[in-house]
Amino acid sequence: MRVIASDAGEIKLPVALPEIEPPMRIRRGRRVDLGWFAALAVSLLVLVPLLVVLGNLFSPDVAVWSQVSGWLPELLANTLWLLAGVVIGTVALGAGLAWLTTMCEFPGRRFFDWALVLPLALPAYVQGFVLVGLFDFAGPVQSFLRHAFGDGIWVPAIRSRGGLIAALSLSLYPYVYLLARNAFLTQSSRLMEVARSMGETAWGQFFRVSLPLARPWIAAGALLAGMETLADFGTVSVFNYETFTTAIYKAWFGLFSLPTAAQLASFLVLLALFVLSLESHQRKRQRYALSMRSPTVGRPIRLRGARAALAFGLATVILALAFVIPVTQLLLWSIHSGAADFDERFGGYLLNTLVSASAGAALIVAAALLLSRVKRKHGDIKTAAIVRIATLGYALPGTVLSVGIFIPLAWLDNHIIAAAKTALNMNVGALFAGSLFALLMAYGVRFMAVGFGTVDSAMQRISPRLEEVSLSLGVRGAAMLRRVHVPLLRGGLISAWLLAFVDIAKEMPITLLLRPFGWDNLSVRIFEMTSEGEWQRAALPALVLVIASLVPVILLIRGSGARK
Amino acid sequence: MIRRFAGSAKCILFLGLLFPVLTYAKQEIVIYSARIESLIKPLFDDYSKKTGITIKFITAEAGPLLQRLQAEGSNTPADLLITVDAGNLWQAKQQGLLQPIDSKVLQENVPAHLRDPENYWFGLSVRARTVAYSTQRVKPSDLSTYQALAGPQWKGKLCLRTSKKVYNQSLVAMLIAEIGEAEAEKVVRGWVANLAAPVFSSDVQVLEAIAAGQCDIGLVNSYYFGRLLREKPALPVALFWPNQATSGVHVNVSGAGMTRYAKHPAAAKSLLEWLSSGEAQAIFASSNLEYPVNPRVPADASVAAWGTFKQNTHNLSQAGQLQAVAIRLMDRAGYH
Repeated sequence: MRVIASDAGEIKLPVALPEIEPPMRIRRGRRVDLGWFAALAVSLLVLVPLLVVLGNLFSPDVAVWSQVSGWLPELLANTLWLLAGVVIGTVALGAGLAWLTTMCEFPGRRFFDWALVLPLALPAYVQGFVLVGLFDFAGPVQSFLRHAFGDGIWVPAIRSRGGLIAALSLSLYPYVYLLARNAFLTQSSRLMEVARSMGETAWGQFFRVSLPLARPWIAAGALLAGMETLADFGTVSVFNYETFTTAIYKAWFGLFSLPTAAQLASFLVLLALFVLSLESHQRKRQRYALSMRSPTVGRPIRLRGARAALAFGLATVILALAFVIPVTQLLLWSIHSGAADFDERFGGYLLNTLVSASAGAALIVAAALLLSRVKRKHGDIKTAAIVRIATLGYALPGTVLSVGIFIPLAWLDNHIIAAAKTALNMNVGALFAGSLFALLMAYGVRFMAVGFGTVDSAMQRISPRLEEVSLSLGVRGAAMLRRVHVPLLRGGLISAWLLAFVDIAKEMPITLLLRPFGWDNLSVRIFEMTSEGEWQRAALPALVLVIASLVPVILLIRGSGARK
Repeated sequence: MIRRFAGSAKCILFLGLLFPVLTYAKQEIVIYSARIESLIKPLFDDYSKKTGITIKFITAEAGPLLQRLQAEGSNTPADLLITVDAGNLWQAKQQGLLQPIDSKVLQENVPAHLRDPENYWFGLSVRARTVAYSTQRVKPSDLSTYQALAGPQWKGKLCLRTSKKVYNQSLVAMLIAEIGEAEAEKVVRGWVANLAAPVFSSDVQVLEAIAAGQCDIGLVNSYYFGRLLREKPALPVALFWPNQATSGVHVNVSGAGMTRYAKHPAAAKSLLEWLSSGEAQAIFASSNLEYPVNPRVPADASVAAWGTFKQNTHNLSQAGQLQAVAIRLMDRAGYH
């Protein structure tokens, strides 16, 4: 069952097929490919801050490193455990739930279809903090259990590796969910029909047809969750779990050794490269293009009785733990202590969040489209490396990256200021540092992976034949992008924009360091409160942030193919 | 040639509309602050109203702010750096980011142990790190010193916050300054052996664990206790002031220093002097339930209700100087 011929043309299953066509590399004469150079520029924007940080490797701080190197085995073990746990957790939750809401019919499906994306709007560290507050010894759950069953009752510790993996999986599974959902929604229903006609059960269809066919999407989602885990500082701090990020903080801001922090950060970049190569390895030599005439909406598998109840129960529990309970807690805190903090400036915070996240996300989507297209057009290693570098900003902790971005900006400013002084005898201030322009660029550097992963996996649905046809009709370059790719990628582009929007809205360290004077947004407000341990007062800005992110989430789900 | 430069000057001026070029206006002070907005802005607003001077500030964590100052070098717009601990001020001085302030007012208002010996930085409010205990299970007479918390009678009864927090790093650094590294390590090992639960990520969690019965004693900054008490007046937890017969309670400061390349040094100095005296002192401290540095300014009534205590008068610059040693010590002792 390798190639199925049908009236819809040929559909290829993801069993390793040999490449039939050579990778597209159409050069016309000596025409310069501007797109390639633009991709190179994007990649350099990311490379510079990375090099600024990693450049410290060349001036090692031997005394400090000799101490820090003793941490390495534990750091590595902790980080790998966490990474494996979160990847498995997010894939199980994300792909499983996406299958349920796209391919099955059960009570409440239409609601869960969009509601299960909601945890995306909640910053992971806020969620972690709420979960710890609820389930730790002093929290209401354990207090109730002690009250009901006596002091001797054993309850698994929330502040443990398992608890942290659970919290991060609950927070990050929407990345996988969103992408897997796109994959399932665009899978050909003919395949399901074939599978069914060959006697596959619902489980068989899931494990033997849908899941393998959705692999690049699921892997792209898992990759995002994995890189987010590697770079996470807030959540692991709440659980007091030692990873490379906490060690970087300790080396930098505790031992005041930037070189040692850079050495640790280089391990993190290596880990990210390792994860990236796993992801790209698994999709090698496989084709997932879809014949355009094939109907893409499968007939749902109708669940009844116990199985319907199970599906409903599972979706309810996950949604409750990942979203309803934490948000209810935020709501209670906001009512309790938020009224005093609510003032007319909140409108400004909200507006700043919305505008910067929208604009930043749009930049990211545009750049991601460019990168994905260039990567597809040039199948060579050089291009692949350029594209890969452009996504590495996601694996570094935000604080480290923020400093890496600030240093070259300040360098540039200092030269401009000096030039203005000598050439024009003019006193000018900093041009880039502390400008909104720099802030938006920094968001791009940080979150390119989010946009790229989403756009690139969607790109695989487009058959190279379409591009060939387009070329034969004389439509090429930007025109082809606009007239062929963009319309076909609509769902993927919207998902990418949404993911980037939400990530930027939640972003904290880069915003803190690079924002203009007097420019505050919601996440800055959250920082203001949490940095002094006032989590209850942080609830109000956090809640407004969740609500602000909900609007695009709901628009997205409404727009991207709720099943008719 | 000159014409071309003039052209680019116009370009820069035009870009100035897109980018907020920071021009050096006269009546203005620029501040980088690790102390959060709600604890500084009311005071700055008062000062602006009084003097007509605009105060611009940006809040962020101390570490990145130091990096920012360093990267900006002589072009930094910042006049003052405010932090919430002495360690980072010491580090800023060490990196050559501050300049000394010669001010009689500051010398008089800020006690010697709460400012840099060479006047590079000054404490503005005092944060006491002290013992919190369960009023249901512990008698204050059972308590004496930080060192005694390492004793076997507290096995399984102590709660601590993570050693990654700078407040604990300062505490251990000052302990090293006072009793030496070897003795301090014994104490920290004793604390670790007495832990009732894995270390927490915040002082509030430590207080809540004591209230819930997970442990009997802990080490916290007093203002966290004050905040929690305001919210839950029946909290069965109280503060104890340790080491009163010996060295005194460990204190840290939220403080400030003038940047080396400050563009408005005179104005910045006046602001600091104002912050260290009278009413501003009271507001600066009481807005976060801390203690004023200025001994002539009384603490807020709710704070004063926890009693008076003797402070450790070792100079706080040692908290910065010994911070790395303290972190290494805590690492060895298994205090995470």
